[in-house]
Amino acid sequence: MRKWIPAVLPGVITGGFAGQGLAAELKVKLELPRLNVAEYHRPYVAVWLERPDQSVAANLALWYDLDTKGAEGAGTKWLKDLRQWWRKSGRDLTMPLDGVSGATRPAGQHELGFAEGKAPLGRLPAGQYNLVVEAAREVGGRELVRVPLSWPPKSAQSARAQGQHELGAVSVELKP
Amino acid sequence: MKHLARLAALAIAATLPLTAQAHHYWLLPSSTVLSSPQWITVDAAVSNDMFHFNHVPLGLEALNIVAPDGGKVAPENMAKGKLRSTFDAHLTQPGTYRIQLVRSGVRASWKVDGQPKRWNGSPEAFAKEVPADAAELQVGEFVSRLETFATVGSPSALKPAGQGLELVPLTHPNDLVAGESATFQMVVDGKPAAGVEVTVVRGQSRYRNQLEALKFTTDEAGKFSVTWPQPGMYWLDADLQDAKTSVKAARQRMLSYTVTLEVLPQ
Repeated sequence: MRKWIPAVLPGVITGGFAGQGLAAELKVKLELPRLNVAEYHRPYVAVWLERPDQSVAANLALWYDLDTKGAEGAGTKWLKDLRQWWRKSGRDLTMPLDGVSGATRPAGQHELGFAEGKAPLGRLPAGQYNLVVEAAREVGGRELVRVPLSWPPKSAQSARAQGQHELGAVSVELKP
Repeated sequence: MKHLARLAALAIAATLPLTAQAHHYWLLPSSTVLSSPQWITVDAAVSNDMFHFNHVPLGLEALNIVAPDGGKVAPENMAKGKLRSTFDAHLTQPGTYRIQLVRSGVRASWKVDGQPKRWNGSPEAFAKEVPADAAELQVGEFVSRLETFATVGSPSALKPAGQGLELVPLTHPNDLVAGESATFQMVVDGKPAAGVEVTVVRGQSRYRNQLEALKFTTDEAGKFSVTWPQPGMYWLDADLQDAKTSVKAARQRMLSYTVTLEVLPQ
C-alpha cells in the first residue's frame, strides 16, 4: 500500500523544462458517501483524464483491493466492475500501476494533487479534457462522474459535479 | 448432442424454413469479461425461452474450449441435469477463449416396412451403414457451430476455422456495449457469405410478451452491424443451406451458427 502524496511540485524540478515556470496543478476532491447499507464494502475507484473522444489521456488514481491472494482470489478480480475504466484502459495495463494504484479508501472526503510534468499526470497537449471518476462497490452500485476542464489552465479555476449514489461531490481545482 | 442432431434432422427432413425450429439451443457463460485469471461456469441447454432452462439439457460430447494460444482447456465438473448441462473452465491465460460445440456429419432417414428409421454419423460410416436402396431415403449433411467467448484482460484476435457457417467478429465479441454498434461478418467455409439472415434475441425473453427479435441480412461482403438496444445476454443465430456436400446421396448441406454474446451497460 502506498500513501497518496499531494504532489505540489517544487519549482526546481520543472525549472529545467524548456523555459517553463511553475508547473500547472490539478487538484481533485472527491467524496465517497457514507452509505447506510447492511453490507458495506469500500468501493473500487478509478480517476483518469479523458480526451473528447473518451480515450484515456492519463490514469491518475486507482483504488482497489491490493491483495494478491485470498478466499476470492486476487483483488484484481473485480477491477472489471470499473466498467468504463476497464474497457478503455485497465485491460491493457499490468497491475499494480506504479504511482497510480492504491488501497481502497473509507467513506469521506479525499484529496488528490497532480502536477504537470510529473507522473502520473505527465505533460499533456493543450486541449479540452474530462476528469472522470468511476466508482464500483461490491454488492453495491456503480457510478461515473465527469468534470470538464481545459488544460493547461490559464488562470485559477474550479469546477464540480455531483454524484448521486456511489459518489458525492467531485470538484476540480486548477492552478496555472 | 442428440437434440442438436434431432433438430437438424427435423429441419432437413421436413425442409421447413430453417427459422421454424421450435427450440433454441445455447451456451450461457457466467462471465465473459474478466480482469484476472479465474473460473467461469457455463450452462448449456435447449429451451423455448432464451436462457431459461425449461426443456432439455444439451449434450456436451462435442465441447471444445480453445485458449488464446490455441491450446485446449479441459472442462471440469461437467454434469448433465434434467434441464441443463453445465461445466466449469479455469481461464488462466490473458486473451480470448473460444468455447464451442461443433458438430458435422451426415443425417439420413428412410423407411423399413413403413416404419421410419433415422441415422446420423460420419460420411465414412454412412457408406457402410446406410443401405443405398432404402425406401424413401433422405440424406443431408450438416455443420453446426454453437459458441461463446470469454476474455481475461485484453481481448485477443479470433480466427475462423474455415468450415461451415461462422461469425467473424470485426468488433470483438467481448467488447460489446449497449448503444454502440458492432460489426460482424458471416463466412461459409471461410469465405464471405452474402444474404445470410441473422436473428438476434436478447435474453430474459420470459419477461416480455414479444420476442423482439432483431433481423439482419448480410451485405455483399457478408457483413452486418448490430446496435445493441440495451445491455444483456444476447443469442445470435444464422442458418443456411447449400449444396456443397461431400456425400453424393446428400442433396443439401445444412449450416447453422449460434453464439451467445454479452452486452454490458455504458
